[in-house]
Amino acid sequence: MLTGLFATLFYLATAILVVGVTRRVVGYWQTPAPLKIPTMPAPRTQGGMVYRMAREVVLFESLFKANKWIWIFGWVFHMALLLVVMRHFRYFQESAWFWVNIVQPFGKYAGFAMIFGLGGLLARRFVVERIRYISTPSDYLMLVLLLGIGVSGMMMTMVFHTDIIAVKEFMLGVMVFDFSHEMPADPLVIIHFSLVILLMIIFPISKLMHAPGIFFSPTRNQIDDSREKRHVAPWAGELDAASLRAESQQSGEK
Amino acid sequence: MAKIKYEAPELTEYVTIPVLQEGAMAHSSPFVAKPKHQEDLGFPGELVDDWHDRAIAKMGELKKTSRSFGLFLDICVHCGACTDKCHYFLGTGDPKNMPVARQELLRSVYRRNFTFAGKNFPKLVGARDLTREVLDEWHSYFHQCSECRRCSVYCPYGIDTAEITMAARDILDEVGYGQKYDNEILGKVMTIGNNLGLPAPALAATLEDLEEDLEDETGLPIKMPLDVKGADILLITPSADFFAEPHIDGLLGYAKVFHQAGVSWTMSSYASEGANFGMFIGSYKTTKKVAERIRKAALDLGVKRVIVGECGHAWRVAYSFWNTLSGTGHGAAADDEFAQKLQKQLDPRYPAPQHIVEFTYDMLQRGELKLDKSANDHRTVTFHDSCNVARGTGMGGIERGQFILPREVIKAVVNNYVEMDESTMYEETLCCGGGGGLLTDDLMELRIKGAMPRMNALDKVHREEKVNTLAAICAICKSQFSKVLPYYDMPMDMIISVHQLVGDALVFDNVPDKIDESESEVGSAEESDS
Repeated sequence: MLTGLFATLFYLATAILVVGVTRRVVGYWQTPAPLKIPTMPAPRTQGGMVYRMAREVVLFESLFKANKWIWIFGWVFHMALLLVVMRHFRYFQESAWFWVNIVQPFGKYAGFAMIFGLGGLLARRFVVERIRYISTPSDYLMLVLLLGIGVSGMMMTMVFHTDIIAVKEFMLGVMVFDFSHEMPADPLVIIHFSLVILLMIIFPISKLMHAPGIFFSPTRNQIDDSREKRHVAPWAGELDAASLRAESQQSGEK
Repeated sequence: MAKIKYEAPELTEYVTIPVLQEGAMAHSSPFVAKPKHQEDLGFPGELVDDWHDRAIAKMGELKKTSRSFGLFLDICVHCGACTDKCHYFLGTGDPKNMPVARQELLRSVYRRNFTFAGKNFPKLVGARDLTREVLDEWHSYFHQCSECRRCSVYCPYGIDTAEITMAARDILDEVGYGQKYDNEILGKVMTIGNNLGLPAPALAATLEDLEEDLEDETGLPIKMPLDVKGADILLITPSADFFAEPHIDGLLGYAKVFHQAGVSWTMSSYASEGANFGMFIGSYKTTKKVAERIRKAALDLGVKRVIVGECGHAWRVAYSFWNTLSGTGHGAAADDEFAQKLQKQLDPRYPAPQHIVEFTYDMLQRGELKLDKSANDHRTVTFHDSCNVARGTGMGGIERGQFILPREVIKAVVNNYVEMDESTMYEETLCCGGGGGLLTDDLMELRIKGAMPRMNALDKVHREEKVNTLAAICAICKSQFSKVLPYYDMPMDMIISVHQLVGDALVFDNVPDKIDESESEVGSAEESDS
């Protein structure tokens, strides 16, 4: 019963996540940026732009310039999350890749860093007047959701060890549509799984889209070459053509 | 009209983040455009009956035509990085002047109409319906943003509030609820050729007067050419340069530089305006129309180069948008008929368009200008990076050129140069408080308060380093500073053009045969005393 329910939910959540994010990303991809609007000073080459974007994605460079507290909490949370996710690969593989094993000890304790970062971000929403003003209920709930995932996970790792072999077997089974391995009825596993499924479902319809979104941000992914290259959105071509027609009409009238 | 006296915020050692004062600037809203101003630009004359549906439809259109609109509205996580970056927030304490909160005024409506969460759980995600109150709020607070893009420097995703402000103003225009100042001015550009509504004969007369002034000063027949076909260079400058103080001395400076460089140049009576308020109101079509006036002038006069005078947003439009909007640039595809028509005519050896500072810098590099720095020894100068130049353009074809070149030019012509606090300069520069189409008397309170952060940094060097001259390369900055400096107990005439500094330092040899050559045109050229 539990196995069937969660297997179904996992399929559903995965489908929503993949289809939802893909649709959104394709939408961004296909929508033109009609004007050159990089935040200057901007790189003058493609390579420079990739380097700028990498600094933004890996180091959160702009955020660092803006506010050291948000940067510390935000950066620590995201990097810890990355390690934690990498560590989780082992539950989806018969035998883990070598780098998953390398990450394993770091990923285990990164859970603390993740909870620290999330806690800091949540505290700011209550403590700092400006941030409190701009926070919507969903902003708090999103952090609570992530904290719930982190805390329930850490509880299993550090306090009430779950039957991790059984969890892995269930997961491996789900991946190949084999439901012979029961999902352990451990309340922590149920909580952890439920919250992760919820996160996957809301990802494409929430601000979590900032993750793929940043790569499409024209102020960060455009190159400073407006004088050397003509940049025209497909829909603006018709306006050009109309202007050209008007010009030749005018000169014809002369 | 009765003059209201506004209290300027107090200046402090450092700008502190204000305690939130909800509604502190809710009363600040610019005059609504009159039907004529609206209709001249092809917008409905007054608020249409179906404004709600039209506004939502316009949002849908923007979502399809401009990636930044939908993307920026989707991906903000409310992290708060931008909350203390806006000069209007720092100066007023109104929380709706925090960039994210300003965006939220529009984002809340976008969510309600275009997102699953907003349609189904509006309370949860802060979504709301578009009501008349919301529309009024937009008119108020989207005219409390100068589109200076300072917030976009700090946003971890590069969300640019200027893009949202432009979109909001575009929507307001579309439903017949535009801003008087911007739209009235745009109407004048379209019909007369410049923001001032200065007709061609008046412009010609003004330029003749200026030529006389120049001759009195230098003894040389320095020209202010207008509508000269076949000139090499077309100068496009903000019309404030033709009449306003201190702008006009900048214009004289350009003329002196051109004269000493020995180039052939002209201005255009058809396109006698560098400013392009189309950007301020976020209308691609209007911005394009205004930019195409300059294209037409360049084509008609057959010039090989286009040089832009000291104007911040004009330089952004020129540098970043002209190539897109009017083909005024280089590198169009061979089959791009529209752009090629002009680009074939432009000299590929020079950047198109080029900034007057780039031109002067180039002349300095080549040693073409004869200078006496000591002419500016009575001045201790600091430079204000104008927001649009700093965050929207480049210069010299090098990264950070927009910061390097103006400073190099200034340092070449003055001995005493001081930098303001670094955290208020370069890409982190603070808007003068009057940019983005807000340079109007009906927004005076906002302009004074918004200037506070810049005034704070200036006041410091004014007191501690005896700075008595603030140089800028933006017409709006110059006008705004002249107006607000007195509120902060600094002299209004301390703001001047960079090219006034250049002009004052230029040394002219009195070459009599040059005067002879052009005697027929200028009439009796008097010998100079010097």
